[in-house]
Amino acid sequence: MSTRASTLAGRIMSAPSIIALFLWMIVPLGMTIYFSFLRYNLLSPGMEEWIGFVNYKFFLTDHAFFASLANTLILVGSVLVITVIGGILIGLMLDQAIFGRGILRILVISPFFIMPTVNALVWKNLLMNPVSGFFAWISMSLGLEPIDWFTKAPLTAIIIMVAWQWLPFATLILLTALQSLDRDQKEAAQMDGAGPIAIFFYITLPHLSRAITVVILIETIFLLTVFAEIFVTTGGGPGLATTNIAFLVYTQALLQYDVGGASAGGIVAVILANIVAIFLVRLIGKNLDA
Amino acid sequence: MENNFKSPIGKIAYSVFAWIVGLAIFFPILWMALTSFKSEIDAVNMPPLFFDFNWTLENYTGILEQSNYFKFAMNSIILSFGSTIIGLVFAVTCAWAMAFNPTKRTKDTLLWMLSTKMMPPVGVLVPIYLVFRDWGLLDSRFGLIMVLFLMNLPIMVWMLYTYFKEIPKDILEAARMDGATLPKEIFFVLLPMAVPGIASTMLLNIILAWNEAFWTLNLTTSDAAPLTAFIASYSSPEGLFWAKLSAASTLAVAPILVVGWFSQKQLVRGLTFGAVK
Repeated sequence: MSTRASTLAGRIMSAPSIIALFLWMIVPLGMTIYFSFLRYNLLSPGMEEWIGFVNYKFFLTDHAFFASLANTLILVGSVLVITVIGGILIGLMLDQAIFGRGILRILVISPFFIMPTVNALVWKNLLMNPVSGFFAWISMSLGLEPIDWFTKAPLTAIIIMVAWQWLPFATLILLTALQSLDRDQKEAAQMDGAGPIAIFFYITLPHLSRAITVVILIETIFLLTVFAEIFVTTGGGPGLATTNIAFLVYTQALLQYDVGGASAGGIVAVILANIVAIFLVRLIGKNLDA
Repeated sequence: MENNFKSPIGKIAYSVFAWIVGLAIFFPILWMALTSFKSEIDAVNMPPLFFDFNWTLENYTGILEQSNYFKFAMNSIILSFGSTIIGLVFAVTCAWAMAFNPTKRTKDTLLWMLSTKMMPPVGVLVPIYLVFRDWGLLDSRFGLIMVLFLMNLPIMVWMLYTYFKEIPKDILEAARMDGATLPKEIFFVLLPMAVPGIASTMLLNIILAWNEAFWTLNLTTSDAAPLTAFIASYSSPEGLFWAKLSAASTLAVAPILVVGWFSQKQLVRGLTFGAVK
């Protein structure tokens, strides 16, 4: 029963959120676009001038951009592969009857709730330290040389800690999807003589496809902007080894005070994220009709 | 839950295997907590000491006495609760309107709200930083509450919208027939029925705000800095005391870890915007 009064009330009630979000989106984004066409350095105030696409040209032809783009893609890709495959395996594992399943589930989900700065410092100091970290001890116990993670394989180290943090998310989503799987279908397949591998590839995996897509899209959006882990462990280095686009824009803006260049970089990041977002919004939009 | 195991032995063996995997995933957190009870010398001992060390609370007492832990913790509480409460006021009204008085544009508006969440923070870091600087909002709790509130508003609206959709419309209409005014309808009919949904929305948002690290690291220095920034200060060379770092870290994550355990189911709904059930 939508009366005219209730429709009007609805408009009034939804307006504050809509206006707030509209301003939050359009004002800073508009400013970023505007700044990206200016020569604008915080160290020389009052010298701003319109320079067209020069910032974009510099940002996009800078070797730091290619290095950070490559790092961003490697980071996002590796973490996606690890968390999706790991999430499926652990989801399947937790979907079985296990003693203490509830508690086990809580343990597996926990890394997601740990703040990124804590994650990064615990991994860097307590686990990956080459002298007295836990991994060094494992290596030495096996008669191997300890790995100096942040010197020899800094990006791998970041990938491991970020993957650990996001594995619970993938697990939780995929486990939820697994639990909605129709048991009868599986039993019928078993009756027909399908083995567990055939059941996995012909029944379970197709059933999970939607959840996997959601995991990939949402993780991608968050992983494109990984920041705190790099900020507290490597600071983007050594060299540019662990600089991703988010971190590159941060260094340009708040360390080199190059507002124009950083803004151009920010817009590039927005465009990258939007390519992913289009797919996500479509997927979720379909769900709204149901 | 299905029972695939023909014999109890099979179930036990499988459980043991699953527990080994689960404990391996949980290990960094466990190790952090264990280290927090060691002396600094025991913390760097090789081989690592598991349980056979002198348990001590000196790291905790040291942190609580010497550092400004309480100031940072208080900021974390103010920021996460503040942004969540403001967010609830905006989101409840908005979700109510969208769930019970939908128009043709409601669906598009919801999707548009979701799309604002897709904007990477670095894309707007520069203007937000400059506006904050010019308005004197850098390192202010108010400014950061606003950022966290706006950042999480789409998630709150979506979560509440999906909960409100499940409440039968007839009940609200009956209340209206009986002469309930709009505020009465919302406060005495809708909200009591939606308490579980509102509670889980609140919990998820407190978690997201508590752990948010991009804006808190970039927009605060000391006065408004929450625990994320407090922990980040341990990354400097002079802060490398492992046992103290572990105690500080444990204090920073313990409350939210517990909240997280209670709201794991809502997490699926909240973070996938209802696309996975």
